[in-house]
Amino acid sequence: MRPIHIAGFAQLDQVLRDTERDEAEMVQQVTAAALADAGLGRKDVGFTCSGSNDYVMGRAFSFTMAIDGLAAWPPIRESHVEMDGAWALYEAWVRLQHGDVDIALVYSFGKSSLGGVAESLTYSLDPYFLAPLEPGPDVLASLQARRMLDAGLATEADFARAVAQAKAAAVINGQVPDPLDHRVGTSHLPLRAEDGPVRTDGAACVVLRAGGGGPRISGIAHRIDPHQPGARDLATCPSAVLAAEAAGVDIARLDVAEFHAPYSSQVVLLSRVLGLSERTTVNPSGGALAADTPMVAGLVRIGEAAQAIRSGRARHALGHASSGPCLQHNLICALEAE
Amino acid sequence: MSTDPSSPKARPAVTRFKSPVRIEYEVAAGTVTSRFLDGILEGRLEGRRCPSCEKVYIPPRGSCPTCAVPTSEPVDVGPRGTVTTFSVIRIPFEGQVLTPPYACAHVLLDGADVPLLHIVGECDVDEIRMGMRVETVWADELKPTLESVRYFRPVDEDDVPYDQLREHV
Amino acid sequence: MSGACAIIGIGQTRHAAKRADVSMPGLVREAAKRALEDAGLEWKDIDAVVIGKAPDMFEGVVQPELFLAGALGAVGKPMFRVHTAGSVGGSTAIVASHLVSSGVHRRVLTVAYEKQSESNAMWALSQRFPFRPPIAAGAGGYFAPIIRAYMARTNAPDHIGVQVAVKDRLNALDNPYAHLKLPNITAEQVAASPMLWDPIRYLEACPSSDGACALVLSADEADCKNPAWVHATAMRSEPMLFAGRDEVSPRAGADCAKQVYADAGITPDQLDVAEIYVPFSWYEPMWLENLGLAESGWRAVDAGETQRDGRLPINPSGGVLSSNPIGASGMLRFAEAALQVRGAAGDHQIDGARLALGHAYGGGSQFFSMWIVGSERP
Repeated sequence: MRPIHIAGFAQLDQVLRDTERDEAEMVQQVTAAALADAGLGRKDVGFTCSGSNDYVMGRAFSFTMAIDGLAAWPPIRESHVEMDGAWALYEAWVRLQHGDVDIALVYSFGKSSLGGVAESLTYSLDPYFLAPLEPGPDVLASLQARRMLDAGLATEADFARAVAQAKAAAVINGQVPDPLDHRVGTSHLPLRAEDGPVRTDGAACVVLRAGGGGPRISGIAHRIDPHQPGARDLATCPSAVLAAEAAGVDIARLDVAEFHAPYSSQVVLLSRVLGLSERTTVNPSGGALAADTPMVAGLVRIGEAAQAIRSGRARHALGHASSGPCLQHNLICALEAE
Repeated sequence: MSTDPSSPKARPAVTRFKSPVRIEYEVAAGTVTSRFLDGILEGRLEGRRCPSCEKVYIPPRGSCPTCAVPTSEPVDVGPRGTVTTFSVIRIPFEGQVLTPPYACAHVLLDGADVPLLHIVGECDVDEIRMGMRVETVWADELKPTLESVRYFRPVDEDDVPYDQLREHV
Repeated sequence: MSGACAIIGIGQTRHAAKRADVSMPGLVREAAKRALEDAGLEWKDIDAVVIGKAPDMFEGVVQPELFLAGALGAVGKPMFRVHTAGSVGGSTAIVASHLVSSGVHRRVLTVAYEKQSESNAMWALSQRFPFRPPIAAGAGGYFAPIIRAYMARTNAPDHIGVQVAVKDRLNALDNPYAHLKLPNITAEQVAASPMLWDPIRYLEACPSSDGACALVLSADEADCKNPAWVHATAMRSEPMLFAGRDEVSPRAGADCAKQVYADAGITPDQLDVAEIYVPFSWYEPMWLENLGLAESGWRAVDAGETQRDGRLPINPSGGVLSSNPIGASGMLRFAEAALQVRGAAGDHQIDGARLALGHAYGGGSQFFSMWIVGSERP
């Protein structure tokens, strides 16, 4: 496998509501910033891949409007996934392994403020047996939290600790909303409103390069679990464990783990099932609890893990992305300092 | 089918069910489009020029599609323009607002470098042609939407010859 | 650089306006099972699954890879979903092929589908932009003005679109999976059919279909009993609306074609057959020119060059004009190209086909994906 490095990263400030920019402007700004961070120009990019979601954005083919932010002229090699940008990063990583290009640009964008996120998540459920019941994401997460408590895997104090840690991190992280400002959600016991994510608008971009400097992707993998929450033990996360193994994560040496876990219970779950030790700092950015931009939060985790390495706070880090009810689908990107 | 109404066999199999989805979105126009809509409220069509390629876009874009830089200079375009190509829509479909047949045209407004997609009105659909000159017809009450342009109607000017249209179509 | 990738199994569903006999899982499994059987493999032999489909609004299920994971045997494995608008069937096959050629996985199952009878495709294709008038009239409404521009540019006679419409529907009679079966179709009938989006007539337009297509890919010699080999893949995108854009023959399509021929080490005249994405009949002559397959597309059509016994048969399967499950249509073109070079296209086989082009496009003619497959290992 070719060694692939994170050569650049940028994120727009994740805000409660971006009323100034449309998708093309968000993409234009964040890709320009990431390329500048990497010391590269648009002409250097061999392959571009993005992630986004039509139901979140409120129209079919929504990703096509963002192409205006890329200077795709002359025509470019470009692809798209209807998934979190972390999976667009995976496609780009595979393309770099295929080997016809050396530099890839990965971006994703999303706007919670349009008002479609909860429904988008509900309608991603099995249309015959689950979606008609309309269990929203908060309800499903609460079911999982309940199961974790009943299984003795965690306590409510553990959940509260994850919330407190996220808020403290959010105060320091200038690119997520002030924890005192965000809207209050609803409680579905045992989870309270604050155990859930602050839903935001934003965009992120990562530049990948074969060779060169910067944090190296030592492994990247994703796996999926059965869809029906009733078909698996919600106090486990087999696909996250499989993905971490396949990505070759060395838990004992892990300094930073950035989890795309929009609920405090899920932060605790991932820490437990992956067997993290005290050595590992979890979500120094505040994670998705501090800011959950749809289709972006996973890519931001990978970018934040890379930043932890670049700033010298870590030599080994992982960025995680998730999708589906109760962490059904998990991607792990393992990074190492050069 | 069993005659015992409590038997499962008495109930017909479910093969389909309707699952309506309704989602309401609240869209902010954004800075660039807001300014465009302000122009509409004044009965003006205001495009924007890219500082790099100098092309004028209508409706205006925040990012020039070929240059990926923010567009800057506002430029009034129209009120007249040229039909570069068109189609006559004769088919009804779900969510359609206009009653077929109606003509849907690419209108290259004077001063703009890309055509605007809109309706041609006050014209028999069989009379529409490439190169036809048209002018903006505004709604009686202007609102912050491009729907304030009701349609474009033909004006008494010579058609633009195909050779001059060619770079746009 | 990259290693090889072969197509070792191909499957597709019976395409129809409404597959009321199967659910979405049932539809994708029908194609996937046929591909696995064709490959002589079982679900457990697959290392990764890649699915592709067009906008989720065509079925009303968001991110369907989540609920289809079990149906496609992906539990405990990687599952991925590509979406590049209408070209998606092609780009999905390309992404899947790179998983093999890069050495990341040994055997990949890829499925593209659409069950668009479950939602309303015309509605999903005609959505309003905020603050704009409700003008969009589906794909036909978008492409009709561009077709008119081609006709003006080339002075093509009216009957060309009719010829293609007849050819593809007659070809479909020899494709057991095709949706439209119109054995009595004639030029007069096509010309007399109602005008939908002038100049596109009803019988010159593709149907709306439910359907799926699946491929099993591998590079392992032991798996390759009757493979089609991937010789080259390419994708290109350009913005939809920009000053000076040639919408009739987009540069992204022309560049994509040039690259795929160059990477395959061929000139276009070496192709034995091509399956290209023609949703409205006039797109056959237009794409012939865009792809460098003919200098004058309409004259090539008029001379019968694209018939099954012509110089370069185009869409012997009946093409998109005969079956159009939108998300699958691109992969169907790629799959039919592969069937041809394996000698497995049954009654619509082009004799001696050894090198074939699969082509797909999407969006406002702005996304292109293509591959060249051959009977020999490159």
